[in-house]
Amino acid sequence: MSHHIVEVTHLQHIYPDGTIAIKDVSFCITHGESVAIIGANGAGKSTLLQHLNGCLEATSGQIRIGDTPLSKRTLPDIRRTVGMVFQNPDDQLFMPTVFDDVAFGPLNLGLEGMHVEKRVTEALTQVGAGHLATKPPYHLSGGEKKRVAIATVLAMTPDILVLDEPTSGLDSFARRQIMSLLKEFHHTKIFTSHDLDMVLDICQRTIILHEGAIMADGPTGEIFQNDDLLATCHLEKPFALQGCPGHSRDTDATKP
Amino acid sequence: MMSINAAVIDLKRLELLADGNTPTHALDARAKVLVTFVFIVCVVSCSRYELTRLIPFFIFPTVLIALANLPALFVARKIALISPFVLMVGLFNPVFDHTDLYQIGHITITGGWISLISLFIRSLLTVGAAFILIGTTGFAAVCQALERLGIPRIFTVQLLFLHRYIFVLADETSRASRARELRSCGKKGFGVVSFSSLVGHLLLRTWHQAARIHTAMLARGFVGQFHARRQSRFGVVELCYLLSWSSLFIALRLFDITGTIGKVVTGIIP
Ligand SMILES: Nc1ncnc2c1ncn2[C@@H]1O[C@H](COP(=O)(O)OP(=O)(O)O)[C@@H](O)[C@H]1O
Ligand SMILES: [Mg+2]
Repeated sequence: MSHHIVEVTHLQHIYPDGTIAIKDVSFCITHGESVAIIGANGAGKSTLLQHLNGCLEATSGQIRIGDTPLSKRTLPDIRRTVGMVFQNPDDQLFMPTVFDDVAFGPLNLGLEGMHVEKRVTEALTQVGAGHLATKPPYHLSGGEKKRVAIATVLAMTPDILVLDEPTSGLDSFARRQIMSLLKEFHHTKIFTSHDLDMVLDICQRTIILHEGAIMADGPTGEIFQNDDLLATCHLEKPFALQGCPGHSRDTDATKP
Repeated sequence: MMSINAAVIDLKRLELLADGNTPTHALDARAKVLVTFVFIVCVVSCSRYELTRLIPFFIFPTVLIALANLPALFVARKIALISPFVLMVGLFNPVFDHTDLYQIGHITITGGWISLISLFIRSLLTVGAAFILIGTTGFAAVCQALERLGIPRIFTVQLLFLHRYIFVLADETSRASRARELRSCGKKGFGVVSFSSLVGHLLLRTWHQAARIHTAMLARGFVGQFHARRQSRFGVVELCYLLSWSSLFIALRLFDITGTIGKVVTGIIP
């Protein structure tokens, strides 16, 4: 299905204060792929992701989602297709209760009554946050907020899922839960992470971003074997590949 | 003094009250907005020396708090919060207005004092009515009702964002002042200097945070229209609600009920 392709060509982003956050980035992600974008702090990962559904406007370059180029006119459609989970859940949760917050998207899509309720309950159950529905978001812990933030996007049933550091700040149980959730999501997914073990587990393809430019783009396994590349980009090999027996056995056991 | 954080959480609690399920909550928001509007107009239009006519108006907040099962003490405390501001506004009335109005024994009560008390009662009533409206309806539903009553969308959306930004500002304030408090180790924290820089930071941070939340709303399909979860229509019940309260308020405004009762009573007892 061609409409789930994400194509970025010669993207550049300069912030108003003059910071060149993205230099010249091009890639194409096809339907059903799961791609990790990794890199050190300040590499420009969040900036890049926020272009994918038009939250930031490119200084130059183009973005196409399927057959539609991203522009002011196509923005509503593209936002329906691309679901975006922000790095900081506080940016995402703004309604009086968790339920209202998750319902916000479906209501904007024009759903009503029972349908909204069904969507919300499903999304909350998927992230294991069903018991939080009546709570106000500001009373949640960091990890719970993160899960609710993911549910707000799942409730809109996007075709392409974009997540900015989905597992940062989660305990290991919640991390596993989010990982299996991501594995179940069969459409295109793109996320950034510092959790390279998760990247190895979920993504066939990895893009390394370094100071706003793409340093490598290829199969995850190959990229993580390239020690020099990882060192220049201030990254560390995942535990599972470091030949540490305890960890490798652990990861093997969880693989199907 | 309540910390900023606690004040915000209290405000949000007011919003949560709107999730109740009494018959008052289930009424169409438009009926409640209109009734509140008529109430406020009737109260505000009383003359500046009016006292007795205002008292019967307390029936509206009292009955609604009971019907909607709102925590009375909580609402009372919220309303009490504004009293210092009202007193500040009316502070100079007694100083400048020396019209003699009443004579109790040897004490002359000037118009200034009466108008201060009257102002105070009127603000209690109007702010109370507004709080009760939010507590039984919810802010989003109120804005939606305004829109359905013909107020242009640009105003109602502004109102909604204003309401959101108050929370954003308050959240940022509580975070920043906590950070300053913790790092100033119980001392004054470099006093005015660090405080002014904190305020500057705060405005910028609030601005950015508000922009990010707006982005998140856009990302979830927001196109300038808020949807209240409760579906309702303006039916017979709403019409009765509107007509009965409005006619009561207008009657209370036009006829001096307390005065009449007083005259009747004093007339009976010579
Ligand atoms: N609003 C902004 N204004 C100016 N510079 C910014 C802004 N947001 C991020 N930056 C800068 O852009 C660069 C990339 O940031 P970001 O995309 O958040 O990195 P990360 O890869 O850690 O997510 C950083 O150097 C950061 O300082
Ligand atoms: Mg980031």
